[in-house]
Amino acid sequence: MIEWIISILLLIGGCFILVGSIGLVKMPDFFMRLHGPTKATTLGMASLLTAAMVFFSTTQAGLSAKEILISLFLLLTAPISAYMMIKSAIHHKLASIERTKGKDNIEDDV
Amino acid sequence: MLETVILIVFAMIGVSLLLNIWRLLVGPSIPDRILALDTMYINSIALIILYGMSLGTALYFEAALLIAMLGFVSTVAVCKYLLRGDIIE
Amino acid sequence: MRLEAKFKWLPTPYMSLLLFIVWLLLNNSVSTGHILLAAVLAIVIPLATNPFKVKQPLILKPGLAFRHLMLVLYDIITANIQVAILILGPNKKLTPGFVKVPLDLTHNMPITILASTVSLTPGTVSAEVYPWQESLEEGEIPEQRFLLIHVLNLTDEEALIKTIKQRYEAPLKEIFQC
Repeated sequence: MIEWIISILLLIGGCFILVGSIGLVKMPDFFMRLHGPTKATTLGMASLLTAAMVFFSTTQAGLSAKEILISLFLLLTAPISAYMMIKSAIHHKLASIERTKGKDNIEDDV
Repeated sequence: MLETVILIVFAMIGVSLLLNIWRLLVGPSIPDRILALDTMYINSIALIILYGMSLGTALYFEAALLIAMLGFVSTVAVCKYLLRGDIIE
Repeated sequence: MRLEAKFKWLPTPYMSLLLFIVWLLLNNSVSTGHILLAAVLAIVIPLATNPFKVKQPLILKPGLAFRHLMLVLYDIITANIQVAILILGPNKKLTPGFVKVPLDLTHNMPITILASTVSLTPGTVSAEVYPWQESLEEGEIPEQRFLLIHVLNLTDEEALIKTIKQRYEAPLKEIFQC
């Protein structure tokens, strides 16, 4: 039973990580590429680490909850690194694809 | 059954790492490459955790935590350099 | 909004709690020695680092904060499935866009939390807070701030702004009382 839970969590995690990387390759411009890794990969890691937590809690003596730490850390840092990357992209005036709406909402740097 | 699933997930993460390397090499801009590196370190954490699971040891946890911390700091540092370390400022 | 904590010896109660839990998780044990050490660290570290920090608004409604956290976690999961479908679908269907959301919040800390939740939830990444931090005087707080977000698939701009304001910003306003 527990083996099933671990397997399903692992597969969900692997799928989300793969989707994030596919988004990284498939999307046409930088701003759209950013969506895959910040969201899908983070959730994939959370699911995979939950699987690891269940696995180590059942195979080894005692409860093992320290995998939560990595999930927590990634959940906290993913938006910040995404923010830093999109800020540097706007600073470098990277082109977004033509059908992007509301491009005039971007203000110039000081 | 778990061994097979771990192998499948290994393959999935391997493919994602290859896709990341492709984006890292192709670019075309520097923020794209930073994004590829950022995704790569997260995927390598997944790989390390999976390796620990397949060996049945929790020893690799500390290595994964260290990579998570250093990866975040290095992403922010490189972005900060791009933002403020330009020649034309 | 309140900046100062109730007790002088416990300047940031929630950070102390977090430090306590993180120490126990890192050592993966709940033995008496570790609990004692965690308690000492949870009191000493905030006391030692508090003088370096800029004063931030404190959480005044912990119950609501917890409910909001659960809502955000649920939204992260559902939004991720939507984003995964969008990513795997054809590129031509997607119409990305930049949207400027007017904010009622004025302080840095609540805005940071809002920007992070927006980044993690519904197909959006927060890009910038206007007016530029660099263009402000030291310690100056502008009256009206805007959050620039990039949307993966922009269909209805008004509805998106309304969702962000009602679902994520209103609870934050309540939690920090500002």
